[in-house]
Amino acid sequence: MRMSRYILVGIIFGITLYKVEAVSWFRIFEMFHFQSFHMYGIIFSAIACGICVVQWIKRTHMKSTEGEEIHINPKDTSWKRYIYGGFIFGLGWALAGICPGPMFILLGSGYTVLVVFLLSAMTGTFLYGKLRKRLPH
Amino acid sequence: MAPEWLVQIIDFISQPWPWWVGGPMIAFIMFILLYFGKEFGISANFRTMCAADGADEMNEFFKFDWKSQGWNLLVALGAVFGGYLAAHYFTAPGNNLAHVSAATVESLRQFGFNYEVGQVPLVPDFYSWEALFTLKGLLVIVVGGFLVGFGARYAGGCTSGHAISGMSALQLGSLYAVIGFFLGGLFMTYVLFPLIFR
Repeated sequence: MRMSRYILVGIIFGITLYKVEAVSWFRIFEMFHFQSFHMYGIIFSAIACGICVVQWIKRTHMKSTEGEEIHINPKDTSWKRYIYGGFIFGLGWALAGICPGPMFILLGSGYTVLVVFLLSAMTGTFLYGKLRKRLPH
Repeated sequence: MAPEWLVQIIDFISQPWPWWVGGPMIAFIMFILLYFGKEFGISANFRTMCAADGADEMNEFFKFDWKSQGWNLLVALGAVFGGYLAAHYFTAPGNNLAHVSAATVESLRQFGFNYEVGQVPLVPDFYSWEALFTLKGLLVIVVGGFLVGFGARYAGGCTSGHAISGMSALQLGSLYAVIGFFLGGLFMTYVLFPLIFR
């Protein structure tokens, strides 16, 4: 029961991104051509609501269901890994038209070939782990 | 037969959702995970899957308590179910469309996608096993997947971890990452697409 709640969250996430067309290669194409507000609307409204949520959590010192105060891990303060890594991710995002969430969602909707995408992504992650010490961060 | 009210709910959900429903829903999902004491970020699963497949014995980056990440694998598994439900139960037959703008349809033509306005599918035809053995399919699925997996871990997160979770917490690193995402995406779109799709 305790773990099934995460499956439920995933199901809601999957239905949402599918119905709002964020899983569509063509929507990502449209976004990078600045031809519609749709994807920007999704991202900006998610961030706007998200900022309110985080502020509310911080100000009320909200506790999680685990009984501890909710803590958000701060990210590194350098910029190199974010710009370089982000750039590489962006190349893949625009080319494939999908990021990791939509990959799982489309896999479930019937595009079994995305198993290959998943294996490629794991290979990429593995290679990053191998090269990590030699890359600027 | 399903009761009338259930049919109405399913019909209601089955419409295309506007952005102002999708964005707040994503923030709500992030909130629920924070409330469960977790942080929303899908691409972390790639690292967990590598570790679970034995990479933890080959490299220290994969030496972590990956079993504690089981919850995130369940979110990913749920997303797979969600995709199945959305495609099979919450979308009218023949309505798997991306409602992109007329300007986008025009741009797509320049890249050889000959669709009419209102007829653009949700997923392009190069997402198939047959297309995997063409240059375009191989590039998109294998190279695209590799770049996404490599870049997400290098940047420490993907769209969910940085653009949503990180930006909501006003993290400077996430802003850099999102700038990186867009620089990479624009480079691909404007410089490399004309070479790939013709």
